Amino acid sequence: MPDPLLSTKGLDAHYGDFQALFGVDINVHPGEVIAIIGSNGAGKTTLMRSITGLLSNAPDMVTYRGDAVGGLRADLIARKGIAMVPEGRQLFQSLSVEENLVIGGQMGRKGSWDLQKIFELFPILKERRSVPATALSGGQQQMVAMGRALMSNPDLILFDEISLGLAPIIIKSIYDALPDIIGDGMSAIIVEQDIAKALSVARRVYCMQEGRISLEGRSNELSREQISAAYFGV
Amino acid sequence: MDWINAIVQGVLLGGLYALFAAGLSLIFGVMRLVNIAHGDFIVLAAFLGLSLTTALGVNPLTVLLFVVPIMAGIGYVLQRGVLNQTLGDDILPPLLVTFGLSIIIQNGLLEIYSADPQKMNAGALETASVAVPGGLHIGVLPLLMFVVAVAVIAGLQWIFYRSALGRAFRAVSDKQDIAQLIGLNKAHVFGLAMALSLAVVGIAGVFLGIRTSFDPSIGPGRLIFGFEAVIIGGLGNLWGTLIGGIILGVSQNIGAQINPGWQLLAGHIAFLIVLAVKPRGLFPRID
Amino acid sequence: MSSSRYTISRSSPASRIAATIGVILLIALVAAPWWAGRADMRLLSEIFLYLSLACLWNLLAGYAGLVSVGQQAFVGFGGYMLFALAMFAGISPLAAIPLAGLLGALIAVPVAFLIFRLRGAYFAIGTWVIAEVFRLSFAQVSSLGGGSGTSIPVGIVRSMASSRSMREATTYWLALGMAVLVLVVIYLLLRSRNGLALTAIRDSELASSSYGIDIWRHKFVVYVVTAGLTASTGALIFLQKLRISPDAAFNVNDWTAFVIFIVVIGGIGTLEGPIIGVIVFFLLRETLADLGTTYLLILGLVAIVVMLKAPKGIWGLIKARYGIELFPLSRRVVDQKSEN
Repeated sequence: MPDPLLSTKGLDAHYGDFQALFGVDINVHPGEVIAIIGSNGAGKTTLMRSITGLLSNAPDMVTYRGDAVGGLRADLIARKGIAMVPEGRQLFQSLSVEENLVIGGQMGRKGSWDLQKIFELFPILKERRSVPATALSGGQQQMVAMGRALMSNPDLILFDEISLGLAPIIIKSIYDALPDIIGDGMSAIIVEQDIAKALSVARRVYCMQEGRISLEGRSNELSREQISAAYFGV
Repeated sequence: MDWINAIVQGVLLGGLYALFAAGLSLIFGVMRLVNIAHGDFIVLAAFLGLSLTTALGVNPLTVLLFVVPIMAGIGYVLQRGVLNQTLGDDILPPLLVTFGLSIIIQNGLLEIYSADPQKMNAGALETASVAVPGGLHIGVLPLLMFVVAVAVIAGLQWIFYRSALGRAFRAVSDKQDIAQLIGLNKAHVFGLAMALSLAVVGIAGVFLGIRTSFDPSIGPGRLIFGFEAVIIGGLGNLWGTLIGGIILGVSQNIGAQINPGWQLLAGHIAFLIVLAVKPRGLFPRID
Repeated sequence: MSSSRYTISRSSPASRIAATIGVILLIALVAAPWWAGRADMRLLSEIFLYLSLACLWNLLAGYAGLVSVGQQAFVGFGGYMLFALAMFAGISPLAAIPLAGLLGALIAVPVAFLIFRLRGAYFAIGTWVIAEVFRLSFAQVSSLGGGSGTSIPVGIVRSMASSRSMREATTYWLALGMAVLVLVVIYLLLRSRNGLALTAIRDSELASSSYGIDIWRHKFVVYVVTAGLTASTGALIFLQKLRISPDAAFNVNDWTAFVIFIVVIGGIGTLEGPIIGVIVFFLLRETLADLGTTYLLILGLVAIVVMLKAPKGIWGLIKARYGIELFPLSRRVVDQKSEN
């Protein structure tokens, strides 16, 4: 097996006196899609914040393309090709739909994603390109958030709870679009509470519980019982 | 006739006040920072202009070519070196650090230039005037300043809402964390915002120095005029700031027309009336 | 039984020692007219008056989150009220001092209604505008000397006390009394329910409003009380100077910048901070004042460095290191068994 694109080793994270992650080890290989599942408060979002640099770690706790990036600033990590679709969309409210997308590509990283390709993927956004991003429906906002991340032509993209708060039909259409998005050899980490959705797109799964990895394995080899034991801690 | 003249002159003066205000409004919009030393930077720019005019023997308007980039450079270094460390949830550190800066600039200028009032001489431009219908004469210099003020506001408006830099300003202002996730270095973006703010201060300072005499102590007064223009116009609205400046200038001139001692008081009272009646300003844009 | 084993206590050994030393120090200071020279007494008076201004500003900014750079409005207002009451109403200066404070609190009511519409740093500049309005307005009052100011008539000064030394002792005691009064008022205010609410507001405005604390009302009360006491202090300051002018009365450097410096150096948001700060400030002033503008440059630099490197000031450093508190404000759980 080739070297992983991204790996965390013994990753701890703290908010003040509160420790949120305990020795988390995960690997993402080039072109691989993994899922991280777990209930609320299991540490999934903290793990995403640590990988993207919003939380600072000891340098060697996070390795990307063989470089220790744990202590790097978030914008420098982004420049190395890691993008995130944050939980709750988090669009820039003073920017229009198009501006939200364009600013996603402001680093000028080379790749196949550009405004035109985003508009092909989500035609509705082209129609509504000049309205304020927050005037869109939840599902459309999620499209903008995904488009914004793709515009940077990342090598690794993190999806944090992309189905949260959306209608089932919208969730389905977003998950239907995912293979097209990730198909380009991009790696992805999908953070989900919806286990079935996560298993449908990811090759491997990590299950988190109370800040630790409680289970890891190939999606098609894990049983329901194993997963619910790891998920709920029963 | 005197009254109409007072009002026209007040409108033109309002342009200068809008220049005082624009930089203040800009950095508040981007990083919620209020620079208490803003007025002292205006005076610093005026003294810088004075020194360069004397040293190079050129017209004060020409020194804008030097003053503006120098002030922008000071702004960038100041923001990255000092002010970025003060930003956070607590409003005290930026407030007190810029207050300390204000004292440092005032006394530094006093040390170098003494307390004597100074003025820059723009030559024939200062006395030139154009006749307009109704028997009024409008000074070319005040008119030029007003036009420049409008152009600066239009330019800032364009930068803020049409350029990549403005997108970065608004994105960082909206959500700092997320802006970093798309590769924006917020320390650098804030530095650029302060650079732009002090670039405008450079223009304002040189114009101030041509228009009236100045000394190291007048900075806080300019800060207050700029602040009043921002609040009257409505937070975050650059064109509103221009109108705020005009209202302030006209009020002052009307006050002075009634009684010379009432000039500044009339401006403050106009501000307090707006604050009482429309606390968010006449044309608010952001909270 | 175990429930009664623990009690809530505020005092600690350090605070009890401090209280004892404080009482001895106070007795010595009250007796100063018998042991100190004229110049020393003037300096001490000035220190007391700055101490009360600093404590008051600290109450506003450090506890109520109202950062004002316009407290000179009330210093000057109080000074002018003393002159006006003494000169036009024939009120004795001694009676005029509390009256000036009362009037200062009264004028603070409409002022608060106006500037409480501004938030954070804009509130700060708003207070400055108010001070400017006061300055420009008093400059228009020709019976008080207009822009050039006025001196208090000799007759009024003489009416305070027969001999010069008695007058000087009186103003000295007034200054000392003012500082003690301010400290006591602030201490009691912070120990009251009001103080608990203030601390809650300082820690989190959002959370405290969700607990039903009326933030606006608490801040309003603090602002008005502070304004009144600041005006009284101002009245005393100008009773000592015997001369007042708009520029001196509403001077931002003298009555706000120095005061902020004192609080920041000493430690904002603590009762001990202003006391330490005022000592440091006067030590610096007495040694560096000859440097003129350079001295002010140094003050500005020191304030910035402290704000960046030790935002809790000198007292914050001491407290973090030794955990002591001279004014027992925080409540501690005491295990009576181990205490006994």
